[in-house]
Amino acid sequence: MPTLVSHPDEVKVISRRFGQGCSDIEKYLELEGYKAVQKAIEQGPDWIVSEMKASGLRGRGGAGFPTGMKWSFVPKQSEKPKYVLVNGDESEPGTCKDHVIFLHDPHSVIEGTMIAGLAIGAKMGFIYLRGEYRYLLKIVEKAVADAYAKGFLGKNIFGKEGVDFDIITQTGAGAYEVGEESALMESLEGKRGVPRIKPPFPAVVGLYGGPTVINNAETIASAPHILLMGGEAYAKLGSERNGGTRLFGISGHVERPGIYELPMGYNLHDAIYKVAGGVKDGKKLKAVVPGGSSCPVLRPEELNVGLDFDQMGKAGTMLGSGGIVVLDETVSIVEFALRTIRFYQHESCGWCIPCREGTDWLKKTMTRFHAGAGTKKDIDNMQYLAENMLGRTFCPLGDAAAMPMLGFYKKFRDEFEEYLEGKRVEHPLIQISPVGVPALAGAH
Amino acid sequence: MAAVTNTIFSPATATRFDKLATIYPMKRSALVPMLLYAQDDLGYVTDEAIAEIAQRLDLLELDVRGVLSYYSMLRTKPAGKYNVQVCTNISCMLRGGFELLDHCKKELGIGHKEITEDGLFSLEEVECIGACCWAPAVQINYDFHDNLTPGKMTQILTDYREGRGKDVK
Ligand SMILES: Cc1cc2nc3c(=O)[nH]c(=O)nc-3n(C[C@H](O)[C@H](O)[C@H](O)COP(=O)(O)O)c2cc1C
Ligand code: SF4
Ligand code: FES
Repeated sequence: MPTLVSHPDEVKVISRRFGQGCSDIEKYLELEGYKAVQKAIEQGPDWIVSEMKASGLRGRGGAGFPTGMKWSFVPKQSEKPKYVLVNGDESEPGTCKDHVIFLHDPHSVIEGTMIAGLAIGAKMGFIYLRGEYRYLLKIVEKAVADAYAKGFLGKNIFGKEGVDFDIITQTGAGAYEVGEESALMESLEGKRGVPRIKPPFPAVVGLYGGPTVINNAETIASAPHILLMGGEAYAKLGSERNGGTRLFGISGHVERPGIYELPMGYNLHDAIYKVAGGVKDGKKLKAVVPGGSSCPVLRPEELNVGLDFDQMGKAGTMLGSGGIVVLDETVSIVEFALRTIRFYQHESCGWCIPCREGTDWLKKTMTRFHAGAGTKKDIDNMQYLAENMLGRTFCPLGDAAAMPMLGFYKKFRDEFEEYLEGKRVEHPLIQISPVGVPALAGAH
Repeated sequence: MAAVTNTIFSPATATRFDKLATIYPMKRSALVPMLLYAQDDLGYVTDEAIAEIAQRLDLLELDVRGVLSYYSMLRTKPAGKYNVQVCTNISCMLRGGFELLDHCKKELGIGHKEITEDGLFSLEEVECIGACCWAPAVQINYDFHDNLTPGKMTQILTDYREGRGKDVK
């Protein structure tokens, strides 16, 4: 069971009900539960969207798209039914924040889904969790059933004539790519998780061909808090153009790993050294992967940066899903890079060539390199390969694979070179096949 | 909807399937959840299950197989009664995920995707399972175990062996 952690620098908005038994609907109601959605029904869609815009909330799934704007793109009139789709697929390595929301505050996701539905004129919402989260699905299922029993879901919700909303919950069955929004819709329609071509965007043609808003579970769970405190007040908690707070997962070599809610723009160095207690066992820091495994790595001297979408972008990396992974001096970057590309090669859906072949050749070459049969040319070749994947794939998974690899080659080139000179991993974690056996895979 | 006579699933699963086929705007949407629940019921997705699910959702068996082969949690061969899934992805790797995997291999005497002779355990090295902040983490069937050490792992395996393990489904 995930342990809850706490630090005085936290600003608890989305996590304020954690650890208080709020999967129980009565407890949730005691703590202002389902007040925001009732306010939303009274005030109407335009008010909801304008509050969301004022809040400066940007999508917590990774890309940071402004949520209010996304909701406003949905056409008012539509022949086909509209839908809300909550993305709880959470599979980016280093990310486990939605996990604690489903566990500790499932009703906030339900309430947020209803608010999004009211904003765009949808009468049905889907909450899709990753397949591994079966125990969390049960918690969410019970919460949904309790909300139906109270008359908060179904027909004429809260006794309001003509206001209907239904929620369907389900899980996937193991696939990172299904977290990509169009692949998620395919999966929900009972198909393989192969992405769709865009445009049309989901806001126009989405699930079952109807206009659809897709948001990350944390984005959705923020909505009720925003409507309760007011968009402007929420915006003020964060930094410029990055409203509010978000859940950061700090993992790897820190003293106090865990999920912390920090204001947007909070300093990354402080997040690691103050909030998470610094590098474990007094060791030296080697590197930080700041927002899930697809974000380019930072060196220790690059940590004086604010944790928001813009500042992280300027620093040459990304805020991503908020999963900060800390590596101490003992980690071999070669080995870490191999583990990273193994993941993306495994998860590539195989639809387009630059990603399918690119991830495969990167993995093969990294495997041979790690086994001690690398050459200097390999480093250049791998960098060239990754550079040529960027922007040339059907969906962003190709970029998600290429970007971190480029970061490793550029920022830790010295380590790759030293590796060639015989400075190897003393105790390799990843099994090394005898040199030469993985053939000359990837050699040119 | 044509009634499908249930011959292979437990009554609870059959009832769930009847409902699943009606709640979505489009029947086919029930496919991924159905495959998962079928697997939970039977241990793996059998040919009979594929045929019945296809019938229930008015799909070709080929469609069902195409979807089935995409998702890494779905299998068409048996696993152990307890499927031990060790995460070695980055956060777990940094906190001993690989050591834990090696430990499980030794304790169980099997490798990746293998089953113990008594059929009690199978072992899998898996990608991130969403428990990175409580690494290293292992999932046994659907139950999470985190903050693990080899010692704790031995205890957990013993618990399962002696029938004290949870079987979350
Ligand atoms: C390969 C890939 C995997 C993704 N996985 C997730 C995920 O697990 N959860 C998520 O919320 N968004 C994920 N996304 C982002 C979604 O496509 C989408 O942008 C997001 O759900 C939108 O929600 P937001 O605006 O609230 O961030 C992924 C994107 C890609 C390309
Ligand atoms: S980039 Fe191409 S191959 Fe890779 S996951 Fe996306 S569609 Fe599939
Ligand atoms: S890296 Fe192991 S659970 Fe995420």
